[in-house]
Amino acid sequence: MGLIFDGIKQAFHLMFILDPEVLGITLLSLKVSGSATLISLFFGISVGTAVALNQFPGRRFAVSLINTGMSMPPVVVGLFVTIMLWRNGPMGFLELLYTPTAMIIAQAVIATPIITGITLAAMQQLPQNLRLQILSLGATRLQMVLLLVREARLPLLAAIMAGFGGVISEVGASIMVGGNIKGYSRVLTTATVMETGRGNFDVAIALSIILLLFAFLVNAVLTMVQQRERPK
Amino acid sequence: MKFSNKRWFIYLLLISFCIIGGLLSALPAGAAEQKNIILATTTSTQDSGLLDVLIPMFEKKTGYFVKTIAVGSGQAMAMGQKGEADVLLVHSPAAEKKFINDGYGVNRRLVMHNDFIIVGPAEDPAKVKGTKSTPESFKKIAATNKLFLSRGDNSGTHAKEKDVWKVAGINPEKEKWYQQTGLGMGQTLNVAAEKKGYTLADRGTYLALKKNLALDILGEGDAILLNIYHVIEVNPVKWPKVNVPGAKAFADFMVAPETQAVIKTFGTEKFGAPLFFPDAGKNVDLLGK
Amino acid sequence: MTTPPPLQEPPALELKDLVLRRGDALLDIPALFLAEGHVLSLIGPNGAGKSTLLLAVASLLKPQRGSLVFKGQKIDLKHDAFAYRRRLAMVFQEPLLFDTTVYANVAAGLKIRGMGKAESEKRVARNLERFGIAGLAGRSARKLSGGEAQRTSLARAFATEPEMILLDEPFSALDAPTREALTDDLQRILAETRTTAIFTTHDRWEALRLADEIAVMNDGKIVQVGLPEEVMNQPRDEFVASFVGMETILTGRVVDNREGTLIVSVSGQEVEALGTARPGENVICCIRPENVTISTDHPESRTSARNVFPGRVTKITPLGLFEKVNLDCGFFLVAYVTRQSRENLGLAEGREITASFKATAVHVIKRDK
Repeated sequence: MGLIFDGIKQAFHLMFILDPEVLGITLLSLKVSGSATLISLFFGISVGTAVALNQFPGRRFAVSLINTGMSMPPVVVGLFVTIMLWRNGPMGFLELLYTPTAMIIAQAVIATPIITGITLAAMQQLPQNLRLQILSLGATRLQMVLLLVREARLPLLAAIMAGFGGVISEVGASIMVGGNIKGYSRVLTTATVMETGRGNFDVAIALSIILLLFAFLVNAVLTMVQQRERPK
Repeated sequence: MKFSNKRWFIYLLLISFCIIGGLLSALPAGAAEQKNIILATTTSTQDSGLLDVLIPMFEKKTGYFVKTIAVGSGQAMAMGQKGEADVLLVHSPAAEKKFINDGYGVNRRLVMHNDFIIVGPAEDPAKVKGTKSTPESFKKIAATNKLFLSRGDNSGTHAKEKDVWKVAGINPEKEKWYQQTGLGMGQTLNVAAEKKGYTLADRGTYLALKKNLALDILGEGDAILLNIYHVIEVNPVKWPKVNVPGAKAFADFMVAPETQAVIKTFGTEKFGAPLFFPDAGKNVDLLGK
Repeated sequence: MTTPPPLQEPPALELKDLVLRRGDALLDIPALFLAEGHVLSLIGPNGAGKSTLLLAVASLLKPQRGSLVFKGQKIDLKHDAFAYRRRLAMVFQEPLLFDTTVYANVAAGLKIRGMGKAESEKRVARNLERFGIAGLAGRSARKLSGGEAQRTSLARAFATEPEMILLDEPFSALDAPTREALTDDLQRILAETRTTAIFTTHDRWEALRLADEIAVMNDGKIVQVGLPEEVMNQPRDEFVASFVGMETILTGRVVDNREGTLIVSVSGQEVEALGTARPGENVICCIRPENVTISTDHPESRTSARNVFPGRVTKITPLGLFEKVNLDCGFFLVAYVTRQSRENLGLAEGREITASFKATAVHVIKRDK
């Protein structure tokens, strides 16, 4: 019990004095996971919408691929991205392994299928005739797609939550491709693992609380937006 | 809510900028990172906090940027074998010699040592306390079927532990009382404390974690328990991308007198005793004598 | 053969030789004309191809072949579809509203066209008013009743001031009173705006109320096109007859033709009808149930009806305002009576009665074989 209490105390202490290291770790976590989510949103919504709205050979296969991707273990992604980014590997010339960019890439790979899958489901839940209705209102194809995305915005917000929540709390891939380098690629989760290994349980608990607080804050904001969108 | 063309176009543009910007911001950095060094090392050097002191010193002095990847000694050498690291700081002498002989590394230099210890519950159910010879202690644990936790991760500590079993003439692999955690030193110590088992640990990590562990030192001081760290530069002949000057600079730094002086006092303040003993330039065979 | 109905005005829409395959279904329309400002109703059972035809006219489905001429301009569905679509509007059975306010919904088509604010506001206000939903402008579309939602959908379509409006079963998801009120309003607004319109329905009363012309569809084809009274009273074949509400359909053979009065033998009895068939020809006699009279008097009593048959009530089914009475007079006959007359006559199943109908109430269709 004392340990947990000390941890909480330490957490607030670290947050109040804006400990530069903890602050840096927190900001990097946000930057990495935020960028990854943004990239996944771009690809996830495009691909999800494209698959939802078009008939093409192999569509069924694409859908099952996306669904498999949704439950892809982060460490598998981490391993795959690591192998790709090895400096003697296929993408080695980019010199990206053990950088925050590599973490963004890995996290984007993890979040993209999640966001694609939820987008796909959301678009398929829209009424069948809605596309025809929008076209008959004089919309161009692009306007139609944008209007459909807008109609699916509530489930898409859930997609953002799921994607961001998934990657900010992810540790396996981040530690593999980021390397948990102090002041450079150390994020909340990898720092927590390391501090636990070092026996600094109070710091580990402090970091966890910050992580929790973040997950809570982000979700609270998104939920608020969602609630406001609901009819009065 | 609006959905005019213009607005959507602006959103799209913004998103594209963010993505392109995010990717580009990494690229120029990548191009400038000729000064990157990848250091593959063992968890014990990172978990003890030693590298947190030494790396900033080195970076400040040389302008290199060190990417420390803390893994087991086995994995660190595997990275070196694939050319994915520039310099190694490891503690698995037998494997290191093979690594050098196979031509993967050059210029292996002694940096420091500390020692391994046998830790276990204070009650000491296998009665190993007071036994001078470590293999004898291991035999007692095996004879009484008391729980022993192994790292099981090909780390330097794991390699040492396997050496000891070999000397004791016991193959514990399939025994019920022998469990492999597959975790780092710190976590393995935690597991041992929770399960009231024995384990072999490096003194540095044990001291760092001691306050939260219900584990006592039950065996120490045997020559076999020496834990010796070497720095190895990865052989650039096999992998042209290896940062040769950076690796050499780091290895040189590790054996430089100022660095050795820092190692000598590191941990004294916090734990009351030093965690490592600087050994640069010494004859490895004379250590512990 | 489908012949164009008499046209007072140049056609707004001309379809020729339209063929569209959709899954197993085949839509095949050799020709269809619709005059400017006219309202055409497509009626037919489910799966007849009404919606497919409507979507093809809206250029939302691409036909395999065929030509579409809109106000004298041939529409190339590959290149002109988008510009053409902006001259139309379409309303579906579901309101398909956007998840926003009623006002923004009605303005949607205008916003899509990038219309200026002032003009847009004027048009939205006019159409909110027109459909009696001005008071709901600020309300979320999710909080509307079925009728209000369909009004919003119609207002959204009319706000674009389409040259032609296509309505796919616009009222069939609504309950009867709501449908009544909305049909009234739509009728008024169609007349007011003189918008050319095509709407599909499976409710012939709705078709009768709104349509200038009716086209009956079955199995991907238009079976008959014409003025409502033509289609209702002179169905071209058995299918149209049954679909437009000729409940009694009797097959028989003409035995005599006395100056236009046919004597048709039906199940051994003689039915008099007006028609042009020759003796020996097989025909179908269709009789609307509202034209069949039932009495409990002696069959020999006087009446102007040429056809008087004794029979028996086999079944009585209440249908709301009136009741449907099935009769057996040697052949089967259906009559509609009000509940009151059923009570006055003391009709019940098994009761002996006399059924009569005029020769003019019998519509004779020649059978192919």
